[in-house]
Amino acid sequence: MTNSIREIPVSEAFFIIGSNTTENHPVIASMIKKAVIHGGKKLVVADPRKIEMARYADIFLQILPGTNIALLNGLMHVILREGLHDAAYVQTRCEGFEALEQTLQKYTPEYVAGICGLADPDQIVAAARLLAAAKPMALYYCMGITQFKSGVNGVKSVANLQMLLGNLGVAGGGVNPLRGQSNVQGACDMGGLPNVFPAYQPVTNPDARKKFEQAWGVPSLPETPGLTIVESLNAAIDGKVRALYIMGENPVLSDPNQHHVIEALKALDLLIVQDIVLTETAEYAHVVLPSYSFLEKEGTVSNTERRVQLMHRVVEPVGDDREDWWITQALANRLGAQWDYRGAEEIFDEMRGVTPSYAGMTWERLDRELLQWPCPTEGHPGTQFLHKDRFARGLGLLTPIDYTPPAEEVDPEYPMVLTTGRVLEHFHTGTMSRNSRILNEIVPGPYVEIGPNDARNIDVSDGEIVSVSTRRGSLRLKAFISDRPKANVVFIPFHFREAAANVLTIDALDPACKIPEFKVCACKVEKVYPREDVR
Amino acid sequence: MATIQIKLNGKTVECERGQTILDAAAAHGVRIPTLCYHSQISRTGACRVCAVRVNKTMYKTACTEPVAPGMDIVTVDPEILDMRRGILNFLLAEGDHNCLYCEANGACELQSLCFEHGIDVPPPSSAPRNLRVRDVSSSEGLRREENRCVLCGRCVKACEEIQLSRVWNFAGRGSHTHLTTGIRDLLGESECVQCGQCVQLCPTGALSFQTVLGRGQAWELTSRNSVCVYCGVGCQINFFTNREGQLVKAEGSIHGPNRGHLCVKGRFGFDFVQSPKRLKTPLIRKEGQLVEATWDEALDYAAGRLATIKAEHGPDAVMSFTSAKCTNEENYLLQKFMRGVIGTNNVDHCARL
Ligand code: SF4
Ligand code: SF4
Ligand code: SF4
Ligand code: FES
Repeated sequence: MTNSIREIPVSEAFFIIGSNTTENHPVIASMIKKAVIHGGKKLVVADPRKIEMARYADIFLQILPGTNIALLNGLMHVILREGLHDAAYVQTRCEGFEALEQTLQKYTPEYVAGICGLADPDQIVAAARLLAAAKPMALYYCMGITQFKSGVNGVKSVANLQMLLGNLGVAGGGVNPLRGQSNVQGACDMGGLPNVFPAYQPVTNPDARKKFEQAWGVPSLPETPGLTIVESLNAAIDGKVRALYIMGENPVLSDPNQHHVIEALKALDLLIVQDIVLTETAEYAHVVLPSYSFLEKEGTVSNTERRVQLMHRVVEPVGDDREDWWITQALANRLGAQWDYRGAEEIFDEMRGVTPSYAGMTWERLDRELLQWPCPTEGHPGTQFLHKDRFARGLGLLTPIDYTPPAEEVDPEYPMVLTTGRVLEHFHTGTMSRNSRILNEIVPGPYVEIGPNDARNIDVSDGEIVSVSTRRGSLRLKAFISDRPKANVVFIPFHFREAAANVLTIDALDPACKIPEFKVCACKVEKVYPREDVR
Repeated sequence: MATIQIKLNGKTVECERGQTILDAAAAHGVRIPTLCYHSQISRTGACRVCAVRVNKTMYKTACTEPVAPGMDIVTVDPEILDMRRGILNFLLAEGDHNCLYCEANGACELQSLCFEHGIDVPPPSSAPRNLRVRDVSSSEGLRREENRCVLCGRCVKACEEIQLSRVWNFAGRGSHTHLTTGIRDLLGESECVQCGQCVQLCPTGALSFQTVLGRGQAWELTSRNSVCVYCGVGCQINFFTNREGQLVKAEGSIHGPNRGHLCVKGRFGFDFVQSPKRLKTPLIRKEGQLVEATWDEALDYAAGRLATIKAEHGPDAVMSFTSAKCTNEENYLLQKFMRGVIGTNNVDHCARL
């Protein structure tokens, strides 16, 4: 997030796009609900499903999955047409305006409504006016923006909108991605990415490499960016990647196109899985290394607002499990390294020496203070919101982005749209939540959410079994009829191994950042008749 | 903030204009007992336990009344004590309070107020109102035993002002006042999303968590603070364990970005940690089966194979997935391992998934 959770009361309006906030980030959702319901703040929601947040919205735009960019362009088109943008801000703080203006020309409300499946183009006009009138306006988004083959463009597009409206670099504004896991932010900050060292220092930059070579005492570091997860699975099938070391991930359930993932894992010469239970992925491993769960660990995590927080050991470890860092160190030392870390704090201290945005954070400060990066020196108070007087690159870059349709569009054979996501009570692949009694009791199993009309068309009633198929596979699930999905769109939560939604999803990737297109593919839904009926 | 002078129990002190008497007194180390007051919700002034004497003649509820210049405040004297005892006696007699059987025993604000004020057993004539709702099974996570309710309204406000699901309401009047969650009046059939905030704020055993009963009493529990693992909000949670080290309950910490609130995952999603399914030893695949191994065996095997693969196919034949559920330190170390020890940039995690 460019801004902070505690700024929610300062925002005059909220634009939530591609985030089912009450289920995926419930605590933030409650804060926004409070501002809207009790504080009279404005709310615009754009989502393919009539999610809970839509109930409180002044304007709800029920768009087809994969059409965010068209909608955002439509909003900006209206804003420019009516001169509602912050011209002074755009002039002094941004560049690229002319090119953007050019691109936006064709995105009239009528054109956009057609793409997004909105019956009333005036809704787009009304939303644009409302969002432009309220200042500061905060934009929140989640995987509903990023999990498309056009994911990176979606992110640039939301930034375009906020720059046009002068909402970046002010308290209560911002572009605020909600991170889905406890330490997505930190894993990225720490260089858990194929192209960057910690703090996003590019591996292709010789100065950065030199710095890390010196800090780590190694003669040379590799200069070509590595593979992303989905690319590496393809490389495994091609025999180029031979060994895979997985720390706390479960790609068999979490990655798109499950058959393909399993094929890749089976092709490996060595699969090391480090986890807390025998996951679906660990079942293919050559070596399984048992690690601590979050409540046995000490260490730091960074939340969605860049706030770094200490975790403490709450329970004693079970059996002969070890900390993840201990295991990595043990492997490193067997491969010739001479590491001697005795605790998380020692690693943190080394890390902040090479990570400028964390440099000013010490264990004691984290214990006492609320610190958000960038925090470059020990005297620095941390940063509540980014881009205050200037952007990191100087001027903010407005980027013209055109709408491109999803990789797989509906056709007569696969006439419906499938989208996937989470439910309130479960998390990701269920390794944790499905092993927690109460959460598992509340939502015990998989289902497919389908609208009443679509259900009627295939003669299915609530609780009956349907089969959902795509070009990649097929699943049998209980139908859950609700008025939330848009017509012709079905939703499947992906937490359940007995009906893994990712048997169905497509592995088309965003060309720049390789995010798989989980949020949209073509499918067909059919009623499954009990055997007697068929005879 | 302008400061003003007041008289607090005979002493002249400075306080901030606009502060309540409760806060002003607390700032000078004077504790006034409260029951319906809670710092995370708006004030009601419902229970009158916090009543103090103002300017000799009036009683005011300290949790709602702002200080004014020259105010003469007395927080305790025999008459005030009598009044508080009267309220407590009434509350105790009105419900069915047998601490022996109560989940809140030892952590109940009514219990400690009664103890503090020397309240005796309520007179036998006042038959306990046993007829309010007892709903201990309709909700997976919450128990409701309304005969222990003191009608403080904290649950109503917790849901209305913090969670914003607006489940609880008061119904009826006078001595018939009670809580309701809708027509059928079962939590499990209401709009409740089981965030547990009403339970966290309930001062008595009227609302409790399903995870607590029979797993250790309040004074046997120890709490330690950590960060929720389920999403990027990073709620801080106080986890409570019993003498056997079992996890019993979770409460939102006021110091985190969540300011005391949690969702159903943070509240109830912790028992996987102590699930029998947890791995306890390393495993190595032998003749197709994963079998138990020692750490040395497992690590030697894994490192040996990594070395061979690197030697035969080059460092880029090795890939690793780090984890968005692991700590910064663990992520830092794994990428250092891949880059510095193996010699490849093949490291990624599921931020995209
Ligand atoms: S648990 Fe949460 S949602 Fe349910 S009644 Fe209590 S405060 Fe409301
Ligand atoms: S249930 Fe608890 S919080 Fe709610 S009114 Fe009764 S005593 Fe107060
Ligand atoms: S308690 Fe809920 S909102 Fe808070 S971090 Fe955990 S999952 Fe996210
Ligand atoms: S605590 Fe002040 S009236 Fe209840």
